[in-house]
Amino acid sequence: MVDTRVVLNGVTLDNPVIPASGTFGYGHEFAELYDINCLGTFSFKGTTLSPRFGNPTPRIAECTGGMINAVGLQNPGVAKVISEELPRLRTYFHKPVVANVSGFSVGEYAETCRLLDACPEVGWLEVNVSCPNVHGGGMGFGTSPEMAAAVTRAVKAVTTKPVWLKLTPNVTDIVSIAKACEDAGADGISLINTLLGMRIDLKTRKPVIANKMGGLSGSAVKPIALRMVYQVYEAVKVPVIGMGGVSSAEDVLEMMLAGATAVQVGAANLVNPFACRDIIKKLPCVMEKYGVEKLTDIIGGAHNG
Amino acid sequence: MNQGIYTVKSNRALNGSYYEMRLQGDTSSVTAPGQFINIKLDGFFLRRPISLCDWDGQSLTILYKVVGAGTEVMAELRPGQTLDVLCGLGNGFQTGGSERMPLLLGGGAGIAPLYGLAKALLRQGKQPAAILAFNTAAEIFYSREFEALGLPVRVATADGSAGIKGFVTDALAGVDYDYFYTCGPMPMYRAIERSVTTSGQYSFEERMGCGFGACMGCSCMTKNGSKRVCKDGPVFLREEIIW
Repeated sequence: MVDTRVVLNGVTLDNPVIPASGTFGYGHEFAELYDINCLGTFSFKGTTLSPRFGNPTPRIAECTGGMINAVGLQNPGVAKVISEELPRLRTYFHKPVVANVSGFSVGEYAETCRLLDACPEVGWLEVNVSCPNVHGGGMGFGTSPEMAAAVTRAVKAVTTKPVWLKLTPNVTDIVSIAKACEDAGADGISLINTLLGMRIDLKTRKPVIANKMGGLSGSAVKPIALRMVYQVYEAVKVPVIGMGGVSSAEDVLEMMLAGATAVQVGAANLVNPFACRDIIKKLPCVMEKYGVEKLTDIIGGAHNG
Repeated sequence: MNQGIYTVKSNRALNGSYYEMRLQGDTSSVTAPGQFINIKLDGFFLRRPISLCDWDGQSLTILYKVVGAGTEVMAELRPGQTLDVLCGLGNGFQTGGSERMPLLLGGGAGIAPLYGLAKALLRQGKQPAAILAFNTAAEIFYSREFEALGLPVRVATADGSAGIKGFVTDALAGVDYDYFYTCGPMPMYRAIERSVTTSGQYSFEERMGCGFGACMGCSCMTKNGSKRVCKDGPVFLREEIIW
């Protein structure tokens, strides 16, 4: 029997597979399809202080090996998440969940996190300083070490729950930003968010996406994600939560060898709603194939020697 | 919704641009006409959402127009090939109302879901009529299949090469109806909205990520707040739509 368990900030997960924020809603659509308690945990839809409708449509464009989205942080706002989504979540998910939070000012991040800190369903706060689809927020905080650190400090001051900072790959030096977050008290670094990209329609000669640009995700981004996880793992002591183009149990092992303690699965959920369940089912078999007895043994394994 | 492997039973050109495909597989999750399926194709990341034309216990029919790389691949599929399909997606047409003479207004590929809808309405003992609109005579498809169901069918073409010259709304004169259902392009909807006098239902289209309500890629604002075209729609009541 192989051991798929991993430990994140003192909490043991049955396995490292975590559906990524924005691809899993608040879990409800997937709980209709399978028992989502098989997951390590999941990261719920990026939540802001106020409700947001998001960007105009079209918000989605396909590309080779992936997709571009410009949803723009559509969510019902933290009050409704706490009053409606979390009570409903309790009926079908019985593990601590990752609360993904975004904001438009340091104070807004802190206030949203403070409100979620009071929720027993929330095990971790994943602070998104990396959304490429909204102006004046999100990614603006994740492209400078100082701003990322300021958000980290503000959130840490209002919560006792572990705080992960979710970083954007759209920077020249992700390591310096990860280190700044760690130095400011982050309990984990999750990466990567989507890469800014675009498509143009040959018939209309205009961008496919109404917002012109959007975030690229899917298999196409996996090598970039692996490289950044590898770099950040070498620079920080806190756990790294790796994501970007993961769609198989083999991808999970690869991301863990790069340095991830847990692995998020994003766009794959949208193509195959059973993707995470399938990955978890296949994980023991793939571990045996590659001679892995304990999954924790291979974290950062690619750095040895 | 269910996911399954479906076998192509037939795949034929109806004319120069429209195709009909029959797939064999589990149809138990289909609950209403106007729902859609989401097809995984080799070489493409996202699935292709296509509305259901008709279905029975073991098979389903879709009609599609070749408009891009994905539908080009679909047109090449041969009987016996298999497809990974998400079936029974979305909220389809609601047919339980008290109307007796519903009018079906279809434009181009939007005609497809109205066929299954016509069958459902006939089963309920209602007397539907259909207006099917095309760009030109060469693009006409399924008008005979609608007639074979035993309902009155009017055909309109934008260039006047067959039937009534003009748009779907130009064929409305003298048609008695007490409700309408429509599927077609947005300019047609705007014309319908100006012309119709009863309540009705519109089926909407949007670029989708997942097709089952997870990604918020196809959201639209309605009088009842934000809705997902894929999960809360694609069919919306006339009364809730913001134009």
